[in-house]
Amino acid sequence: MSKATMQPEPDSPILEVTDLRKLFPVKKVRLFGAKDRFVHAVDGVSFQVGHGEVLALVGESGCGKSTLALTLMGLEKPTSGDILFEGDSLASQNSRGLKTWRRHIQMVFQDPYESLNPLMTIGDIVAEPLVVHGIAPNREEREARVIRALEDSGLKPATEYLHRLPHELSGGQRQRVVIAGALVLEPTVLLADEPVSMLDVSIRAEILNLLADLRQKRGISILFITHDMGTIAHFADRIAVMYLGRIVEIGQTLEVLSNPQHPYTKALLSVVPVPNPRLRRERIILQGETPNPIDLPSGCRFHPRCPVAFEQCPVVDPRLLSIGDQDEIPHAAACLLVNAESQPVP
Amino acid sequence: MNRSRVLARRIAWALFTLLFVVVLNFFLFRVLPGDPARAGIRDPRLTREAQEAIRVRFGLDKPVINCFESLNPVKLGSCEVNPFETQFFIYIGNLLKGDLGISYHLNQPVADILRARLWNTVLLIGAGQILAIILGMGLGIAAAWKARTAIDYLALLGSLMAWSLPTFWLGIILLFWGSTDLGLPIGGKLTAGGSATNMVDEWIDLGRHMILPTLTYTIVFLGEYMLIMRSTLLDVLSEDYILTAKAKGLSTFQILKDHALQNAMLPMVTLIALNLGFTVAGAIQIESVFSWPGLGGAIYEAVVRRDYPMLQGAFLWIAIAVIAANLIADLLYSTLDPRVEAG
Repeated sequence: MSKATMQPEPDSPILEVTDLRKLFPVKKVRLFGAKDRFVHAVDGVSFQVGHGEVLALVGESGCGKSTLALTLMGLEKPTSGDILFEGDSLASQNSRGLKTWRRHIQMVFQDPYESLNPLMTIGDIVAEPLVVHGIAPNREEREARVIRALEDSGLKPATEYLHRLPHELSGGQRQRVVIAGALVLEPTVLLADEPVSMLDVSIRAEILNLLADLRQKRGISILFITHDMGTIAHFADRIAVMYLGRIVEIGQTLEVLSNPQHPYTKALLSVVPVPNPRLRRERIILQGETPNPIDLPSGCRFHPRCPVAFEQCPVVDPRLLSIGDQDEIPHAAACLLVNAESQPVP
Repeated sequence: MNRSRVLARRIAWALFTLLFVVVLNFFLFRVLPGDPARAGIRDPRLTREAQEAIRVRFGLDKPVINCFESLNPVKLGSCEVNPFETQFFIYIGNLLKGDLGISYHLNQPVADILRARLWNTVLLIGAGQILAIILGMGLGIAAAWKARTAIDYLALLGSLMAWSLPTFWLGIILLFWGSTDLGLPIGGKLTAGGSATNMVDEWIDLGRHMILPTLTYTIVFLGEYMLIMRSTLLDVLSEDYILTAKAKGLSTFQILKDHALQNAMLPMVTLIALNLGFTVAGAIQIESVFSWPGLGGAIYEAVVRRDYPMLQGAFLWIAIAVIAANLIADLLYSTLDPRVEAG
């Protein structure tokens, strides 16, 4: 974790997740030795994030996106599987290692109205990580870093904000404060958990541009979690689509958007509004509710809602396999229809 | 709005409330069933002249207020009377001089009796409150920190039990146990005809007398503080900014110290202020069980003997204490919580 390389190295990913699982036991009154039941929040997820890459993680509410982010931060303990940051395993970290881990991987939470302590000034909130990690122990240096983080997050002039309280700011300004609080540690990976979903549409673009800028200037890798397909096409390099705790499709943004393979991805994309009213396209409206993550469907977990399911689907659980020819960045999907003529991901 | 104007407005409101209480307090004792005059003079063997003399001494010969001879039963009187010759304005006038009237029963100025009693109450209840606050908050923090563990459940169970115990019952049980097994005094503030010759002995004697009532008071109030502290702290700990703090790398202790406690203190301040306000009223039950010469005991005696001037004076003091405590809580709130500005 000591090497803080800013240069993109396509060969070695900065973050590598292998077969990650996070199950939450369900507490219930047990009669006659009923089996332990679990919520399968994250159920066998593997992916990599390259240096300076933006990976968008898309999926509907409750598909395990946020649990995945919390697990990556070490805020939830994975049930199985591992996460490697610059080759260091999360599982092998003690509490001190975890603290260093959190210095390099920072998170921007969804709700800027709830994630700032209402009694602390903006300056104190942004300075706190520095104090906790013992960085920039002298006052001037600390303040300089706080101001830099605030200005990088688009709060200018930063000195105007230092002594203000969260409730005096608008939602967009607060989210910038949250981002500044994450940036002040100069992390190499930023986990953004639906950072714009609580904001007005007019402010969303600003925050997204800010994140894109940060990637450009600082070479930060970003895992961008969202349920909104519309916001990601902008700046994500790759997209991973999640359904019920699993990645069902992953690939380059343009490739996935223009040539979706998994029926779930197709359905998601078909309902993204198109600005041109003359351009009509067929919407795929999925039937039924998301299945309960406690009692998962057999075989492919998407089959009860899948418009193109066939007799094999309830029986065989498809693996995430790459499609078509082997480019440098593979496009993979977990669907029996797609995988008929495909090969395993290398 | 600037701070001094807020302060001035809060104080003005407090004074207005106090004025309202004074008026209400005065009329309350004049519409109560039972004529105050007859309450003071209960011996039927007294001659008419003697009764009249007593009425004059307590000012009960004057009309309650202009046009009304008495409010209970409503007796119309002359409206010709000079308003400043009525009981109401004489009372207000005396109040401004710090005179609360004369006790029917003890035949001494009420203000003097209450003053002597007040310090005893402040000593006993103050000690009990401080102990209850410290222990209750400590226990509440420990329980919230170790939520859903054995520590939490034990503290919760204990606090609920302590809270629901009847005060007088607990007092009697402790009195019984303390006086027989530990040889502690059974009541009062100092040993009667005390043998204490120097200050130190006297303080030790006082301390021995205080142990049992303070313990009772602490146990009864500890539960409330613990439960409120635990639940507000658990509330705060589930906030997103606590998770954010954790993601920033703060340890559990740092989160508790820097983020959670500060936010959880706000409801506690309100509770403490309210309880402190009623402290002046004394714990009537505790003071009765332990024969503690405090305000609570004085109020109890005054009720039994229908000593209206005494009760009226005590009520006024309680009102002042509650209003003052609330004012202090309000002002403290604006220092603890920077969001609170002009209300």
